[in-house]
Amino acid sequence: MSERVVGTETEFGVTDAKNPGANPVILSAEAVEAYAEAASIGEVVRWDYAGEDPLNDARGYRLQRANAHPSLLTDDPYRLAPSGGVDFEERPGEYERYMQRATSVVLSNGARFYVDHAHPEYSSPETSSALEAVLYDRAGDLLATDVMKLTEARGTHLVLYKNNTDGKGASYGTHENYQVSRDLDFDDIIRVMTPFFVTRPIICGAGRVGIGQHSEQAGFQISARADFVENSVGLETTFNRPIINTRDEPHADHHRFRRFHVINGDANQFDVSTYLRLGTTSLVLAALEQANDLRVEGFALDQDDVQTAWDVSHDLTLTRPIQLRSGKSVTAIELQRMYLQFVRENLNLTPADERVCATWARVLDGLENDLASVASEVEWVGKYLLLNRQRERLGVGWDDPRLAAMDLQWADLRPEKSLVSALDRAGRVKRLFTPEQVREAITNPPTTTRAHVRGRAIGQVPQVVKASWTSIVVDDPKIGKLVRIPLPDPTDAGSPELHAALESGALALVDLFNQS
Amino acid sequence: MAQTFASGKGPEEEEIEEAGQVQAQTSSIDDLLDEIDAVLETDAEEFVQGFVQKGGE
Repeated sequence: MSERVVGTETEFGVTDAKNPGANPVILSAEAVEAYAEAASIGEVVRWDYAGEDPLNDARGYRLQRANAHPSLLTDDPYRLAPSGGVDFEERPGEYERYMQRATSVVLSNGARFYVDHAHPEYSSPETSSALEAVLYDRAGDLLATDVMKLTEARGTHLVLYKNNTDGKGASYGTHENYQVSRDLDFDDIIRVMTPFFVTRPIICGAGRVGIGQHSEQAGFQISARADFVENSVGLETTFNRPIINTRDEPHADHHRFRRFHVINGDANQFDVSTYLRLGTTSLVLAALEQANDLRVEGFALDQDDVQTAWDVSHDLTLTRPIQLRSGKSVTAIELQRMYLQFVRENLNLTPADERVCATWARVLDGLENDLASVASEVEWVGKYLLLNRQRERLGVGWDDPRLAAMDLQWADLRPEKSLVSALDRAGRVKRLFTPEQVREAITNPPTTTRAHVRGRAIGQVPQVVKASWTSIVVDDPKIGKLVRIPLPDPTDAGSPELHAALESGALALVDLFNQS
Repeated sequence: MAQTFASGKGPEEEEIEEAGQVQAQTSSIDDLLDEIDAVLETDAEEFVQGFVQKGGE
């Protein structure tokens, strides 16, 4: 069951190379605005806020708006999504149009590029497999490169980074989203996914110079995000970050589906690391959905989960024992193998699933026996071997700033500066997609999810003025009001009639929905 | 006696295909580091200290 709706979100680090003190919110807005103007065929397609509900917690209660930390309030006052047909809204007046700065744009590949707090963020379109999600995640990185060229032409020396921390206490996220069955008990998700998440970085961590939130201790660790995990379960994403995030905003039929929102993965530039991060998680969730006899106690930790996340990240030997409640003592590699076994025992694997499992197994063997053999696939290994060799050449310790500088340049998305690009040109990064495929994925949406409808509408119908995960909004003067067309089902890539209507234009599209 | 396997897939073939031209690793890590030296920031300490971000999600 490798077909499931998956998506990623990347918050980019942001600086002005010529002005270290530049305001990041303004820089981010400039980045989004520059891209929005260049990418739009009509008006810039802004975000449709109707229907967002970030205060809903998966444990069954809704946080009172007045009690919510301001960082949780990412929505505007919202209206309920329509249950069918279309919804009408007044067209904005002059003042409202002026106030709607382009801090959010929806793109013809179905993605969203916007300002989130003080970072530009790329939220990928919905894809239906881990492999496809890798492609659309890479598209976001290439988009970042395009953005930097556009702002450079306007005189701002914007630099975007694909990383998760400045090493001075701030962290920003790379999130994953998995559509799972609502029948799956959230307590089971917590129990089974927690030991999985605290050990998962060994196969996909991005590596980091510096230990501790302020890099107060010299060294190299496996995960960029681990030190910023502080809690087991919770709704927060900007402080007290949990291993299991309880946000419950499915953007789909909430009776049938949940969107499991994962916040503690590392930003990856290595294709295979992203592929394993998303593919293994997707399979473990699928196995959990299928498993009748839940041997959840077999995975349960007999030690603090947050401490375990830190310990695993800080142990480059991968041999530190983890105590399980069953009495067993396992290494992180062995615990990951238990999850692989769980997947194999509970699922009828498709060929695509088999490929994830084969890679997972081989990488675990490589981590155990021959680290260099996985250097082009597991990002922390590639980073460690390169930076450690430099450390030896320089005859210094991990506290030398030149190594921290290399860690930053690893994540610099400018091809002429990026250390990953240098490795790539030397054939040291295993790629799952060609540069041409990634380039196409910036403008062409996935064809297997509702992103297909959203993306093609935005790419072909200039009258589309707003969009969200669950809607597209059309503004045609002949109608006189804004028309909101719902996209309630993430797996609905649109009927032939719908795509034909898109070719005919805004009025044909509205007519099609108004009939239902 | 050597066994022959009829059209068995090797472990690598069961996995995801690598895309594009597979470039042979012609240079050693040291050669690569020599190349990389040319693009590294010249004042590492200033560069690292100047990289400050606001917290995100």
